[in-house]
Amino acid sequence: MQRRSFLQLLSGLAASLLLAPVTVLAALWHRAAFESATVPGALKSLAIPRETPSADIEIVAPDRAENGAVVQVEVTSRIPNTEAIAILAEKNPTPLIANFMFSNGAEPFVITRIKMAETSDIQVIVKVGDQYFKASRQVEVLENGCN
Amino acid sequence: MTAPIKMRAQLKGEITEIKVLMSHPMETGRRKNDLDEIVPAHFIQQVTVTLNGTPVLEAQWGTGISKNPYLTIHVRGAKVGDKVAVTWHDNKGESNSGEIAVTQA
Repeated sequence: MQRRSFLQLLSGLAASLLLAPVTVLAALWHRAAFESATVPGALKSLAIPRETPSADIEIVAPDRAENGAVVQVEVTSRIPNTEAIAILAEKNPTPLIANFMFSNGAEPFVITRIKMAETSDIQVIVKVGDQYFKASRQVEVLENGCN
Repeated sequence: MTAPIKMRAQLKGEITEIKVLMSHPMETGRRKNDLDEIVPAHFIQQVTVTLNGTPVLEAQWGTGISKNPYLTIHVRGAKVGDKVAVTWHDNKGESNSGEIAVTQA
């Protein structure tokens, strides 16, 4: 009897290990947040209750972007113990663009290129433990880059 | 099928600058082609960067990252010869990986 339950446990473990990579990947991508059509909706999906404005988040982006399809954005957080940086474009059809999670010696810094539909704020949310901080920067967009 | 990931990892003082250029259409699912047909969404959802096998960056992306995504990050504590690897997965289940050694700037 003991042997049987042990074997059952083993097979259960093996099955869960086999299934794990697929389910973990599927669960990891935050569909609801990325498909949300509003900034508050995306933040709610990410379980971000409220954000405190912070001057220690630096956003480098052009004042004017000729083509919204490629807008280079650089974000630096000077808040100690920053774990993650999320980038949102307020007036994009789906505002949440990316969430970058840093660990093991990675600096809370990222440069990437994003699409912007129209002139709006780029919002950055920084996660520090269970606290969230926010900064934003307006970019004037001449041509919709969200097609 | 997928073009290789272009990467560079340069040690500059205490910081290693990792630059990555991925080849991907990043289709939003809203664009119409010349025949006025909607082009299905096709975009990278997850990107992982590791240093000697240990994750330093895990990113989730939506459709708002530009075509042929570009990324720069900074990592502390890497040495010349350390291995930096990048892997992405997209919404169609496709993926690609690349690896490069850290060099002195």
